[in-house]
Amino acid sequence: MRSQVTNIIVAGLGGQGVLTASGILASAILRAGFDVKTSEIKGMSQRGGSVTTDVRFGQAVLSPMVSAGEADYLVVLEPTQIEPNQFWLRPNGTLLSPGVVDQAALPNRKSLNIALLGALSTYLPIQEEHWLRALQDAFPENFFTANRQAFSTGRNSRIGCHA
Amino acid sequence: MKDLQRLLLSGDEAIALAAFHGGVIVGTGYPGTPSTEILEALSEYGGAAQWSPNEKVALEVAIGVAFCGGRALATMKHVGLNVAADPLFTAAYTGVTGGLVIVSADDPGMASSQNEQDNRRYALAAAVPMLEPSDSQEAYDFTLEAFRLSEKWGLPVLLRATTRVCHSRTVVRPGLHPGALQARTFQRDLRGRVMIPANARPAHRRLRQKLAEMQVWGETAPLHRLFAGDKSLGIITSGISFMHAREAAPSASILKLGLTYPLPFAKIAEFARGVERCVVIEEGDPYLLEAVRTAGIQAEGKTEQFRFGELDVRRVRRILQHDESPEAARPKGKPPQLCDGCQYRLVFDTLHRKDCIVAGDIGCYSLGVLPPFSAMDTLVCMGASIGVGLGMRHTLPESEARRVVSIIGDSTFIHSGITGLVEMVYNPPATGHVVVILDNSTTAMTGHQEHPGTGRKLNHEPAAKVVIEDLVRALGIERVFLVEPRAGSNDFEKVLTECLALNELSVIIARRPCLLIAKRLKELERCECEKEASHA
Repeated sequence: MRSQVTNIIVAGLGGQGVLTASGILASAILRAGFDVKTSEIKGMSQRGGSVTTDVRFGQAVLSPMVSAGEADYLVVLEPTQIEPNQFWLRPNGTLLSPGVVDQAALPNRKSLNIALLGALSTYLPIQEEHWLRALQDAFPENFFTANRQAFSTGRNSRIGCHA
Repeated sequence: MKDLQRLLLSGDEAIALAAFHGGVIVGTGYPGTPSTEILEALSEYGGAAQWSPNEKVALEVAIGVAFCGGRALATMKHVGLNVAADPLFTAAYTGVTGGLVIVSADDPGMASSQNEQDNRRYALAAAVPMLEPSDSQEAYDFTLEAFRLSEKWGLPVLLRATTRVCHSRTVVRPGLHPGALQARTFQRDLRGRVMIPANARPAHRRLRQKLAEMQVWGETAPLHRLFAGDKSLGIITSGISFMHAREAAPSASILKLGLTYPLPFAKIAEFARGVERCVVIEEGDPYLLEAVRTAGIQAEGKTEQFRFGELDVRRVRRILQHDESPEAARPKGKPPQLCDGCQYRLVFDTLHRKDCIVAGDIGCYSLGVLPPFSAMDTLVCMGASIGVGLGMRHTLPESEARRVVSIIGDSTFIHSGITGLVEMVYNPPATGHVVVILDNSTTAMTGHQEHPGTGRKLNHEPAAKVVIEDLVRALGIERVFLVEPRAGSNDFEKVLTECLALNELSVIIARRPCLLIAKRLKELERCECEKEASHA
């Protein structure tokens, strides 16, 4: 079962766009024709605490939760959140942290979540058109250009670091 | 997600969509994680949804709808059902005409709750049928089925979900459901609807008779699913635990129960007989295990360590392997905290400096317990700050009693603080008491929902407004103070100091809208002004 399902954890602090990023990720996966499940713990997330979202996809997904030590990808939006979330990653899993994108090239600081999705996109079997459609649907039209730019910045960085 | 065939919905959204497709007359509830989004989504889909002051009132309104033949949905978090338990138990006796579905959204692991009670016990205790969905598709299907069952058997139906069903997004293919024919008439039925003892005695017997018939029906109901597999291991499960179990043991035989009260014991017994080892996999209390064993069916459960917190695939593997070694503690993330500019920081800073004994309550301001404030000494349930504070004042010697302050938010005050104030007026402690109502004009912790004190409905349209200070004064409390807690002002401290020194009853309303909704409030006020201007 495990070999057929890809496990992703998106982590950060409340207000950083963890839920937005995982929503766009799931939407792109769904457009690509996969089964997908996401799971999030919210409620206190607006109060600046740690937030993580589990995203799992494949031909058929059962549990919506990623088990500790079984994440293929860990996307972290905030450097201080790498350490407390490291336990999710499987051996040789891929960590995508703010360091992998050239933040100076981002249209604004808030678009880091989208840039990291761009970096993640280079590892996933999802065509770019699905990502762009998902981005288009997630934001009002006038934000699309900036988000597309952030996504491309991340996508072109292609520097993953293995944990 | 515009693709109508394949939607990616949270369990909450799926319940809402089913209620909307099922033609629900109204959805009622009180916000509470993880149930809050159900009514918000119902409203967005175009259905009628409204916040009630608390879950008890929400359920009572829903009962009234169902007495008149309409479909009603009442939503709440697990602890909300404690508040609504009174009408629940007797609505089982009265039964209903229209479909009445009560959603209990449980929070095993307490992501955002004060306890992890297992509300499957409520179905058994109140004798109401219960359905447990495992994902959003089932949340959708079971909600519609719950309405049909409620109408067929004339009973309220409990739809019990958990955090990982409510807040997981999974694929849903909605069906085409013509709205139910709803008579919308009231048929007088004194014996059926008026629960004086003479009517309640036969009503109880009728309820048990209906459940006995439903139990037989449930044996072959399509709500249960059997996954034939290896005979060496059989798993009995329900809800989200099914997903973890199916993944942890892909080759096992699985009996997945959809209707978990009343239980299909003949079906379960047959399943258990057909496998070498039969294990019950369930989160929380051993609800299924106890029921199965009481029925004389041999089954294995989990050890006590797995009663606590959520299950996941890894924990289910451990249960199946009898692995009881200590589980690694997860690294602690950053805890939530009061926002940087939050006005309550000043309030808690003052309470801390004045060394008050603070009887606290449920909401953002619960975070006042954390450093640097550490300014909350008790937290029990919604509204408890006032009663608990009064009890402390009754008990402590005078010098200590004077330090006691009750702290409660605006939405929590409307929910169940009003009766606490009535108690304060009726049975005042010798040293008086001080209640601080932290009014930020919203139900902040659950994501900024409206309430009767904001003057706006669930969908933010204007509504009549309960003015808290007027309500407090109407109870006969004379010392009512309005202060705006803001940086650089010591108004709150001055008023608090004065109140603590007297043997009187005082209510201090610390009012300032939550910073996070300031922008939205301005926008709403602008829209309302424009509307008024266009009507003038």
